[in-house]
Amino acid sequence: MSWEWDVIWQYLPRLLEGAWLTLELVLVSGLIGIALAIPLALMRASSHLWVKAFPFIYIYFFRGTPLLVQIFLVYYGASQFEAVRESMLWPVLKQPYWCAIIAFSLNTAAYSAELFRSAIQAIPSGEIEAAEAMGMSKPVQIRRIIMPRAFGIALPAYGNEVILMLKGSALASTITLLDLTGMARTIIARTYTPLEMFLAAGMVYLAISALVIALFRFMEYRFNRYQYYHHTDTPTDLDPQLRDPHIDN
Amino acid sequence: MDLQGFGHLLISGTWITIQLALSSLLVGLVIGLLGASAKLSKNRLARWLGTGYTTLVRGLPELLLVLTIYFGGSQLLMWIAGFFGYDEYIEIGPFVAGVAALSIAFGAYATEVFRMAMMEIPKGQWESGLACGMSPLRTFFRIILPQVWRLAIPGLGNLFQVLLKDTALVSVVGLNDIMRQSQVAISATKEPFTFFLVAALIYLLLTAATTGFTMFMERMANPAARGHNS
Repeated sequence: MSWEWDVIWQYLPRLLEGAWLTLELVLVSGLIGIALAIPLALMRASSHLWVKAFPFIYIYFFRGTPLLVQIFLVYYGASQFEAVRESMLWPVLKQPYWCAIIAFSLNTAAYSAELFRSAIQAIPSGEIEAAEAMGMSKPVQIRRIIMPRAFGIALPAYGNEVILMLKGSALASTITLLDLTGMARTIIARTYTPLEMFLAAGMVYLAISALVIALFRFMEYRFNRYQYYHHTDTPTDLDPQLRDPHIDN
Repeated sequence: MDLQGFGHLLISGTWITIQLALSSLLVGLVIGLLGASAKLSKNRLARWLGTGYTTLVRGLPELLLVLTIYFGGSQLLMWIAGFFGYDEYIEIGPFVAGVAALSIAFGAYATEVFRMAMMEIPKGQWESGLACGMSPLRTFFRIILPQVWRLAIPGLGNLFQVLLKDTALVSVVGLNDIMRQSQVAISATKEPFTFFLVAALIYLLLTAATTGFTMFMERMANPAARGHNS
């Protein structure tokens, strides 16, 4: 088997260009996805049947069908309707870049909404009751107690979702975008070195996911600091006047 | 919805998708069991290989795996076959490439599920099996595996749903699955939205059926709970 290292080095800058687009896709659709997921999760956690129904169907559809179908539905599907082709949205919907962003955002919104919902329901009910007892209105509770707490609880699981999104972003190459996978495929069409190029692309993906994992570890450490707090015992010879009755027994 | 006579094409695609998913599941389960045994083994090299496999594959996009195996697999296989003195051309079709890629991806996640389940089994189960005079292999198949299976089914069910959705990726290398057949229908009818929506609904039906089947399997694997409820 002939193995050509120089091809990898020669085309590495092009691959990194593709990696940049991959990162951009993940970041932009991740942010839009969160913005969509929060109202969906709040609706899903509601106790009214009609409020729950829409997010339930939405989440069921996007989690039960392949991402590839969703991308094709947006990219190819939208052009079936004359009304869409003549509307103001068409300049956006005919670009593969925006179609990928739309499909990824809708997809990740469904998965994150489910994560946020379970996080919201995992908040100890005593904390909600305490907020209630303090006289906070529902919107204030959501803003001050529910959202920050749910964020901390959902953080590790959301890190996994970002990794899945990173892997899913490779599908952008199926609608002609030159992301990391798309770039590798283009280079291979020219040089015919599939193993070398896909290996190099794979290494870049691994590096990105290692970075994402490290970033989320760090964030989790920051936001859930209370879990990492170690109480140091108060010295026994401490002046009794300085003792804190809430900490020491 | 008017399918304009392309219904049978979609049904044949669905059948291919089901075959692909089930074959990958079977191979993937074997890989997962081997991977979990490797990760829990006393042998350092086996542990190292198992960890390397799961970290590597779980960080790679499934599409990249499919493409690598389809376009690079024959080159790799011919290189390996060369050591055994076999110099003919080896071709890998889309179905085989799909099964290979999907089962490698499924196996990596299944390794973790099986490993978690195996760690749940108390050590005493092993010891009592051996004390009864069973060989380690027989203890594994008679005592450990049925219990591991029960603990692993919910996790494996989720993984199978992911696998089922990932089968769509194999259409990119030309397998005549649901996606590919919808594209064929679209090129004739020029109705992309209709046919991709139908494809989506077929996938939804398949994943719903999987959920039902997983629940059934959970019940089957847990005779104790079954007896208690009825």
